[in-house]
Amino acid sequence: MSDEDKAGTSSSAYDMSRKEQVSERRTLAIMVDNEPGVLARVVGLFSSRGFNIESLTVAEVDHTRNRSRITIVTSGTPHILEQIESQLIRLVPVGRVIDISESPLGVERELALVKVAGVGDKRVEALRIAEIFRASVIDTTTESFVFEVTGASTKIDQFIELMRPLGLVELSRTGVLSIMRGKDKG
Amino acid sequence: MAERDEKDLAIGEITGAKIVIEALKEQSVEVLFGYPGGAVLPIYDELFHEKTIRHILVRHEQGAGHAAEGYARSTGKPGVVLVTSGPGATNMVTPITDAMMDSIPLVVLTGQVPTHLIGTDAFQECDTVGITRSCAKHNYLVTDVSKLSATIHEAFHVARSGRPGPVVVDIPKDIQFALGNYHPASKVNRISYKPAFLPKISRINEAVNLIAQARKPLFYTGGGIINSGSEAAKSLRELQELTGIPVTSTLMGLGAFPASHPDWLGMLGMHGSFEANNAMHDCDLMICVGARFDDRVTGRIDMFSPNSKKIHIDIDPSSINKVIRVDVAINADCAAALSEMVSAWKKSGNSKLELREWIQQIDQWRSRKCFGYVNSDTSIKPQYALERLYDLTKDKDVYISTEVGQHQMWAAQFYKFEEPNRWMTSGGLGTMGYGLPSAIGIQAAHPNSLVIDIAGEASVQMVMQEMSTAVQHDLPIKVFILNNQWMGMVRQWQELLHGERYSHSYSEALPDFVKLAEAYGGHGIFCDVPHLLDDKIIEMIETPKPVIFDCRVTQEENCLPMIPSGKAHNEMILSAVVGDEIDEAGKKLV
Repeated sequence: MSDEDKAGTSSSAYDMSRKEQVSERRTLAIMVDNEPGVLARVVGLFSSRGFNIESLTVAEVDHTRNRSRITIVTSGTPHILEQIESQLIRLVPVGRVIDISESPLGVERELALVKVAGVGDKRVEALRIAEIFRASVIDTTTESFVFEVTGASTKIDQFIELMRPLGLVELSRTGVLSIMRGKDKG
Repeated sequence: MAERDEKDLAIGEITGAKIVIEALKEQSVEVLFGYPGGAVLPIYDELFHEKTIRHILVRHEQGAGHAAEGYARSTGKPGVVLVTSGPGATNMVTPITDAMMDSIPLVVLTGQVPTHLIGTDAFQECDTVGITRSCAKHNYLVTDVSKLSATIHEAFHVARSGRPGPVVVDIPKDIQFALGNYHPASKVNRISYKPAFLPKISRINEAVNLIAQARKPLFYTGGGIINSGSEAAKSLRELQELTGIPVTSTLMGLGAFPASHPDWLGMLGMHGSFEANNAMHDCDLMICVGARFDDRVTGRIDMFSPNSKKIHIDIDPSSINKVIRVDVAINADCAAALSEMVSAWKKSGNSKLELREWIQQIDQWRSRKCFGYVNSDTSIKPQYALERLYDLTKDKDVYISTEVGQHQMWAAQFYKFEEPNRWMTSGGLGTMGYGLPSAIGIQAAHPNSLVIDIAGEASVQMVMQEMSTAVQHDLPIKVFILNNQWMGMVRQWQELLHGERYSHSYSEALPDFVKLAEAYGGHGIFCDVPHLLDDKIIEMIETPKPVIFDCRVTQEENCLPMIPSGKAHNEMILSAVVGDEIDEAGKKLV
């Protein structure tokens, strides 16, 4: 076999060519049976198939019917996003997958606890900005505040950026929660 | 024992171990493949007096898994396995993954250390549900004896419904001893699991309209038709009869359409036929039924069948649009969708398609005789061995399994299947060592049939110990080894792609397979000359016990044709010699 031929033949048993495509962000609500290992199944699917998780929240929402709601923020090409949905629905304990970001009715909220330490003008400024963001103070010392702020993730990002020069010490975020507007079930 | 049984009945409670047996009986399990160990002894104790379930004791748990796969694939019923905790469970990982890739229904019962010891690194403890989570369709850890029967029934339901697959039920030893009530299968109810079954009629009509307009249509069928049951193969044949569309199939789908039919193109893909792959490339309508556009089938994706509309019928929504975008997606059971298509075609009043030009084109490709090879008077060519094997067994009630490698591809090319469920092979995972234990499972299901494992000498040594199982249980399987003393497919890739550097692919120090067969209590046959081959094959067929046939074949034969990876369907490497014609592409390879 000449070198030219070799160049034309992949030296792997697999097709190694890959194509770049534009990635989109997507929020999915996943209704699951609340049973041992269900979160591991969902998370394991993402890691084993190489899908992204940007944020994840989970809690039981219906105790009598034993249902939990998982909200996952993910990203990928349209093709990957379609695969994520159809792979999720294959899992035995997954009942429904709702694409929140696809619908104009989708609402997303996140809660953050933000600790800011400082004295003097910085402390006053932090409190003033917190009021603008409708953040509430849930703990205070003479040198610090803990704020609770809710809203869209971008609003929380913004709040955190404003707090950073004012003495941001620590923060904790819930990840995105989601629901559909209107009277109908999502 | 009798006293305890009476007491159990009186209070309506029985042990978890007994619940397991009752559940298996209610699920009509006739054969159980397994291996005992500490964490499943209570269940084995119940099996001691059990008359209706036949237990096949294997020599290694992997053997039990593949045997159950062979049983399942040849009967359409779930294969059932019982193994112990720790190494018993981890040895099952390969067959579970194999069954997952090839959509084979299995129910795997594993013992587990007692509940209070879980997580303490106890003796023979492993995280079975953790380990099998990503390779099984579903799995359960039973921590409450009151849920045991319902869990086993649900496991059977999940294994066989939708896209079938392996399901693991991990049962701690204390649960096997605990007393509880048995709940019959009818009470199983899982709301969230709703696999697709019936097709959308609008999609069926769209598909039928596309078929009616097609000039160069092609059926591309897969293992889904076999899984769906005999009705699917019947409907495929009926729809083909009504439309006249030629048919090709994946490795897993062989037998769904009769190989003797004039519209059969042979297998497609990397080692498929020239006519099938060219038809895939040039067709204007591809009707994919129960196949998943595997990378061994598609070749180069961006050059895959560039000018065709595509219809895809699949029970698994994630298989649709995963690799190849299709025009009409039908998420349904193959049998249900095909029979709806048959009705819709009849209702539409369409007659058989006018495909003369397309058939002429296909005949031209066919005339290339892509499976041609140069025979020899002195050494046995592997292709010749399979042609003779086929000829001498085709009129019998025969089931074929294979290992993985060149012999597997040659078997797919040269052995012709007329009916579904007759061909058992490891397609997705490509598990060397699948064939021998699989043959054991097939023979257990069909005791009076001829069951042949077409093997390679490298693969079969991975599971050779199961010969002992075959002898113990009077399962007269025939292991037909195409012995070229190489890991043939590895050698072929090294020749074509790695500058003929044959790194560690030569099988040195091979055993004397005839003596080995005899050592196990089977019968050994050796043949290395073509003129004795027929007699020896007949000897194999007529021997009423397990046989190892050491068929010495030409060492350096390549499996052709072949689509090199990264190439399209119409860029096949063909065998160098076809009659007198020598192909340019082939020349470079010889």
